[in-house]
Amino acid sequence: MPHAKIFGSSRSLLVAGLIGLGLLAPLVAPGHQSQLTELLLFIVFALAWDLVGGQMGYNSFGNVLFVGVGMYASAIVQVGLFYDVGRYTEAKGGGTQFLFDVPQFLTGLGFGILVAAIMAGLVALLLGSLVLRMRGHYFAICTLGLGIAAGQVAAGIPWIGGGSGMLTPNPPAALGDVGLLLYYLALLLALATFATFTWLLSTRFGLALNAIRDDEDKADAMGLATHGIKVTAWVIAACFLGAAGAIYGNLVRFIDPTQTAFAGATIGVWMILMALLGGSGTLLGPVVGAVVFQLFKELFWTYLLGWQRVALGVLIVAVAVFFPDGIVGFARTRFGRGQRSEEDTAAALKEKAP
Amino acid sequence: MTAILEVEALTKTFGGVVANDRISLEVPEGTIVGLIGPNGSGKTTLFNAITGAHPIDAGRVRFQGREISTLLTQAIARRGLIRTFQQPRVYRRMTAADNMLLSTNVRKLGLASLFAAAGTKERERALELLDFVGLADKRDTRAGDLSFGQQKLLELAMALMNDPEMLLLDEPTAGINPTLIDRLVDRLKTVNRERGLTLLIIEHNMPVIMGLAAHIYCLAHGRLLAEGPPQAVRSDARVIDAYLGAA
Repeated sequence: MPHAKIFGSSRSLLVAGLIGLGLLAPLVAPGHQSQLTELLLFIVFALAWDLVGGQMGYNSFGNVLFVGVGMYASAIVQVGLFYDVGRYTEAKGGGTQFLFDVPQFLTGLGFGILVAAIMAGLVALLLGSLVLRMRGHYFAICTLGLGIAAGQVAAGIPWIGGGSGMLTPNPPAALGDVGLLLYYLALLLALATFATFTWLLSTRFGLALNAIRDDEDKADAMGLATHGIKVTAWVIAACFLGAAGAIYGNLVRFIDPTQTAFAGATIGVWMILMALLGGSGTLLGPVVGAVVFQLFKELFWTYLLGWQRVALGVLIVAVAVFFPDGIVGFARTRFGRGQRSEEDTAAALKEKAP
Repeated sequence: MTAILEVEALTKTFGGVVANDRISLEVPEGTIVGLIGPNGSGKTTLFNAITGAHPIDAGRVRFQGREISTLLTQAIARRGLIRTFQQPRVYRRMTAADNMLLSTNVRKLGLASLFAAAGTKERERALELLDFVGLADKRDTRAGDLSFGQQKLLELAMALMNDPEMLLLDEPTAGINPTLIDRLVDRLKTVNRERGLTLLIIEHNMPVIMGLAAHIYCLAHGRLLAEGPPQAVRSDARVIDAYLGAA
């Protein structure tokens, strides 16, 4: 199959190219560093959303919950390792009282990201065991409610700053450009997410997710442990969302419970939009979607300020009308591979005959 | 010969409708048993009850000597009692080959095995079974793009891939091209003979079921109307009446 080979080599070339681009991007365009970091985190958001939403067919509107949990968990760890969290938030970010030296900041960040992933995963395990028994729009509405509720709960806990939010530790000046560090952390996370999902979707687990999307009752009737698979998928997605949330928190510095951490109306919706824009149910789709989305978002916010949300709305409508399967889905149906010929089949059958 | 499946006085009602009224039947291990009856006589309901798709109101179902009437669908399937559906159910957006690869016997594999790609052996077996039902050419076609009959064949191949102890087939020949039916019947006989697979088959095509089954149960209006060898059931006046509407 010469086709497959061309696809295969062009794919690895593409991946290598993208990694190279990722490594060089902040050096080439230092002025857009934070937007690029955000883009990488958006890629993680979109990929993680799509694992459950696209591949498994469970449209969660509350994945922002895990982003928020990760953001707070990381901030708490980063501060809590060295200071009393309650007093830190009371002082609204610290001033001269709460200083972090370079080892403290880096240790905090490292553990923070790790704990963020674990906490988000645990929350997903707990909630998933319950809400993943629901299907279709019941699941969608329930997760939407969970995302909103989480913001309100967070706003009600004074220990983490309540409604007035929380600041991530002030990076020490000796560290130099923290933004660059965050960029490479985000790049690492995005690559790890993509690699993990690529592997995951090549296993029987990936097939099981698709089977649950296509006909969950049939999967059940074939003896697949559907509930366990669903929860596992959600936990995996949540871990990556939590880690991304941790980096995102450090990028924006100020964690507002409803506007940053559990921002259902922005990030919560955007991650779904990115997946659909690029092509849900495909690996490359969410990545392409995130890139295109971030590009349009920044352009709209720069050149159409005041009308940016209208422009975004038009974009959504345009996608729904012209690319219902997303950009990658469209490309695939347009330029996709055909069926195998009968000779191929005969050869395949002959090959395995002794 | 011991009975692999025993249904005892199974009753299922939907509101005031008694869909299955104290039905008892036995399927001896390694045999092919037929289940016939006019439309709406409760055949598929009985399949649903046996496989745990809905709870039953009274009675027992024993599979390999163990009570299964309180188990859920998944647990029953994991014991090796697999069914196919009257309206074929396949994973529509996945290729035929992927449908097959996911249908491997999960009860003998743990959760960990999910995190591995299908092996060469499995791929070969999948292709073999697809070839067995005449769908080897369609292995890269999305299952949802297959014709109704092809989906039924794929579903059968998936069931076989699962390596079950027993198969419940709901109208396996419905919607299948007449020239294909002979081949399908032949295939069913082959799996029964060579793998010793027990089959309980719902079928409307009389010549097919008469040729396949050693023993036939006939339902009408939710009740067991008659049972016996094909010849006896075929000539039973009550069965003829039920089909022609005199009952």
